[in-house]
Amino acid sequence: MSILGNRVLRREDPKFLTVGGTYVADLELPGSVHVTFVRSNMAHAKIVSVDSSRAKAMPGVIDVFSNDDLGLANFPTIMEMTNAAMTPPMLASGTVRFVGEPIVVIVAETREAAADAAELVVIDYEPLPVVIDPVEARKDEILLFPEAGTNVAFTLDFGGDDTLFDACEVVVELTLANQRVAPCPLEGRSAAAHMTADGRLEFSSATQAPHGVRDALVSFLGLEPEQVHVVTPDVGGGFGAKASVYQEDIVVGWCALRLGRPVRWTETRSESMVGLGHGRAQVQHARIGGTRDGIVQAYRLDVLQDSGAYPGFGAVLPFMTRTMTSGPYKIARAECASVSVVTNSTTTTAYRGAGRPEATAAIERMMDVFAREIEMDPAELRRRNLISKDEFPYTTPVETVYDVGDYHRALDLALEVADYEQLRTEQSRRRLSGDVRQLGIGLSCYVEITNGLPDGEFGAVEIRPDGKVIVRTGTSPHGQGHVTAWSMLVAEQLGIAIEDIEVIYGDTDVVPRGAGTMGSRSLQIGGAAVNQAALDVIEKAKDLAADLFEADRGDVVLDKASASFHVVGSPAVSHSWAELAAAALAKDGGPLFAEVDLASPGPTFPFGTHVSVVEVDTETGKVTVLRHIAVDDAGRIVNPLLAEGQVHGGIAQGVAQALLEEVVYDLDGNPLTSTLADYSFISAAELPSYETRFTETPTPVNALGAKGIGESGTIGSTPAVHNAVCDALAHLGVRHVDMPTTPMRVWSAIEEAAARTNAKGQG
Amino acid sequence: MIPASFDYVRAATVEEAIDLLVQHGDDAKLLAGGHSLLPLMKMRLAQPALLVDIAPLRALSYVRDEHDHVAVGALTRHHDLANSPVAISGASVLAHVAGQIGDPQVRHRGTIGGSIAHGDPASDLPAVLLALGATMVAQGPTGRREISAADFFVSFFEVALAPDEVLVEVRVPKSSPGQWGFEKLTKRAQDWAIVGAVAVRSSSGVGVGLINMGPVPLRASGVEAAIASGKDAKEAAELASEGTEPSADFNGSLEYRQHVARVLVRRALEKVGV
Amino acid sequence: MRIEMMVNANAESHDVEARTLLVHYLRDAVGLTGTNVGCDTTSCGACTVLMNGESVKSCTVLAAQAAGEAITTIEGLGDEFGQMDRVQQAFQDCHGLQCGYCTPGMVMAVTSLLRENPEPTEADVRLGLEGNLCRCTGYHNIVEAALAASRVHEVHQ
Repeated sequence: MSILGNRVLRREDPKFLTVGGTYVADLELPGSVHVTFVRSNMAHAKIVSVDSSRAKAMPGVIDVFSNDDLGLANFPTIMEMTNAAMTPPMLASGTVRFVGEPIVVIVAETREAAADAAELVVIDYEPLPVVIDPVEARKDEILLFPEAGTNVAFTLDFGGDDTLFDACEVVVELTLANQRVAPCPLEGRSAAAHMTADGRLEFSSATQAPHGVRDALVSFLGLEPEQVHVVTPDVGGGFGAKASVYQEDIVVGWCALRLGRPVRWTETRSESMVGLGHGRAQVQHARIGGTRDGIVQAYRLDVLQDSGAYPGFGAVLPFMTRTMTSGPYKIARAECASVSVVTNSTTTTAYRGAGRPEATAAIERMMDVFAREIEMDPAELRRRNLISKDEFPYTTPVETVYDVGDYHRALDLALEVADYEQLRTEQSRRRLSGDVRQLGIGLSCYVEITNGLPDGEFGAVEIRPDGKVIVRTGTSPHGQGHVTAWSMLVAEQLGIAIEDIEVIYGDTDVVPRGAGTMGSRSLQIGGAAVNQAALDVIEKAKDLAADLFEADRGDVVLDKASASFHVVGSPAVSHSWAELAAAALAKDGGPLFAEVDLASPGPTFPFGTHVSVVEVDTETGKVTVLRHIAVDDAGRIVNPLLAEGQVHGGIAQGVAQALLEEVVYDLDGNPLTSTLADYSFISAAELPSYETRFTETPTPVNALGAKGIGESGTIGSTPAVHNAVCDALAHLGVRHVDMPTTPMRVWSAIEEAAARTNAKGQG
Repeated sequence: MIPASFDYVRAATVEEAIDLLVQHGDDAKLLAGGHSLLPLMKMRLAQPALLVDIAPLRALSYVRDEHDHVAVGALTRHHDLANSPVAISGASVLAHVAGQIGDPQVRHRGTIGGSIAHGDPASDLPAVLLALGATMVAQGPTGRREISAADFFVSFFEVALAPDEVLVEVRVPKSSPGQWGFEKLTKRAQDWAIVGAVAVRSSSGVGVGLINMGPVPLRASGVEAAIASGKDAKEAAELASEGTEPSADFNGSLEYRQHVARVLVRRALEKVGV
Repeated sequence: MRIEMMVNANAESHDVEARTLLVHYLRDAVGLTGTNVGCDTTSCGACTVLMNGESVKSCTVLAAQAAGEAITTIEGLGDEFGQMDRVQQAFQDCHGLQCGYCTPGMVMAVTSLLRENPEPTEADVRLGLEGNLCRCTGYHNIVEAALAASRVHEVHQ
């Protein structure tokens, strides 16, 4: 009986529930001193002078440094393709380009002294003109990097076909805001560093990619790889924003080297809201065209990506957006082009979905707008255009090759669970009665790409002489439950109980290589590597067993039920895993062990359909989500409990983007949402329980048949909710409301539509 | 985030707290539940030199039936007020609104006195007290005095307490259960109101209060007069935005807030049968 | 200043600055790091502990204010044999946690909620947790856990 597919409870949990996790800030580090950054409160300014003398003289302050003291090179751009003139120094030097940019670092004996000293640093600025709106930045009138001569950091343009829409009977277009949001892991950025007795830098980091942190420290601090040891203790969420290395991390490492004392840094939430990368931040212009009877023939998406002050991962998000341009639809002609610009705002980065939610938001909103234009039910329009299950592998007009799917099945199941017809009936009833609370029904059919980056992954399985198993993985979980899931994979192959399997990750000394956890890659590449290592270790065990049995290797079988090997037909004589581990030790002096560097077999394409049901108070504009139905297909599901958990979290973040969350700046570039009192981080009180279902269409791409499930919830939910809100208002003459559909924005849209209707009536 | 340094004293009596306020003047701040003051101090937006902790003065934590009114000790926590049988029967709107403030943790610490003395126009209780025609009792070096709710909220974050006075009691005329309506628009449950409205029916008529519609909590006297003259809820509520000066921010423009005030006042009035 | 309080039924006595927040007192002076800090504005509830059996946000309580009171943290739940209590167990059974950072605060908030409302509805739970933010679970399983725990009737001695 297979353990795979079972709702195995998390092995990780008891610790978190009884004594709490061990996060970086919880690490004991005797004699450690505290690092605090003094950050810019100007969005764009010349730094005229920095006076740290009073701070330096304060009791308890060890030292105060600015960029000149560090002697470090600028932080390089994440990808070679972004504008090379736009790199940030480790600490701002000469010019500040966003509120929150670190300028000075203070090291003090206590957290309190560091905070007090930060108040005493006097920075004199000469304000420069500020540009926050990417549309304005695109005009290149106010430049963040005058030496670059432009604000454009990155472009994607494969040319356009002027005849794209020529054959279409109906063409509609719309400008859409995919607003800037804050990832908000509950734990902010945090690092601790010290020099070990043997002269190595040990660096603990709240990161999604410990090996990336190690490589960055090695490169920027001029160390040898063996001189740096990175450890990730428990990490309190990441959502993509902790996949990158930040300047602060390097500076913390530098302080430990410079001072020879253990140092620690944990940002406050107020710092995190301006320092940790933001997500999304696209202005999109979309055109969709097709026939009156609902065949979509052409689609074009133009993306203006806000990179924030320095081009980071955010600048290249449009690459992922473009990959998924045409969504799950068979559209004969589709194009996507993008321009990424710098603005005086926090640098943008990957946030749960990273470029794909933006693609889905655009095509799904346009499908609804097109359906409305041709007066067709949006579910029917989707059904007519979805790629059929017999058309895979399917190559889209932007040359993306979808592996496998049954998109119609997901749509049908979602509509069935939702009882779509009944919902439409209730909607009609409320429309007819002029109910103050109108019902909106929104759909989103999505397909996304997971494991989209080229990296492979490391996995190793070792059988200990006591028969217990050590698994090492290059993934770096921070809530996903890899310990449980990887144990299940190994237990399935070896027949050893999951309680006897230990999973080790996040320590660059123990796990030699790893790309980390991001982009919904972990199971299909990291899990697959562990799975392969388990298979390899079985082969090694069979060699050993054949020797012991003095039998033909081909006749040795593993009986998983008893976790032992025997010769086929002679189960009475067997050798346990422990005995084979002992045999390995006796033979080679080493453990029974296999390690794998699994090359990426390429991406997979999870898909599904979400249906959202909302109620809109048409007098105040307030939206309440009544139901959320999610049908997701991530191929084979290893542990439904974990997979559902991923979907749930994704839905909440997706609903939050549709309804509530937005990073807002004023015209001077001051962030107005830099605390969780101001930023509308969604809570339990704004959400319903979700109705989730899985369909399982295994992918042929990897041995597990699994696709990623980490981001689907976010990708599928946002457009469903957004469409539902717009749907609730459609009969009032509202065509579109930008996200987030806050009460004021919804009310304004209703008012404007009413004013248009009145004007028409009078005209 | 960490507050700047300060000294901390626990007052054993109200009189001791007043003495400390007299001695230290503007350098001293009273600390009750701390849920208005401590967040400001952590942000270093407030840096008092001395905190006089009065929260342990249990003598100021009570809800009493005083025949024609309900007397609420200033250090009564929102949680206790919300669950007080006396408040639920004699001032049910007050109990209800106290049970809606912040979140459960905030209600376990925050007090009615601390909340009111902070003078935040976005906070819920002041508008309710205005609508109810409440009376505040302040104690200073020379004894106690009464301040009507109408006179209490002076300007933005400023109330009619002298620097050496302690708010000790809030007196609320009794109202019948069910004879009130409270409407609050928020983006999230835990948020401050974008706009809020409360209507309370009593023997002397209908009182209407507005939350976050200007630098101080407001009484919608135009609406009240319209009801007294026999207007219905819809007509009366149209006057709700008269004379209001709500701030404009990304949650609400002036125009939007005024519109929502009219909607919420109408809904609140409908609940009291106007 | 020297303050004394009961923490998880142990008498604690430490010298602290007046400005020391209860959460920092618990983490730094008492050495109980289960309670986390998630924000600066009393918004997220990660620091929720029980004070005299009621949930409070320990980032918005001075250690000095808690002197003489009884504090319970996540480390203080469960029995002396390491057995999780009904709320802790329900969180595991319902997969009510992922990264674990909000979890101690969530568990304490649910514990307090169930003391005040032993048979809550789903709506009661959702509103009762308005002051506790989680970024991983979408709350679905946390709400399930709270409801599941409410159906378990513990034997009180």
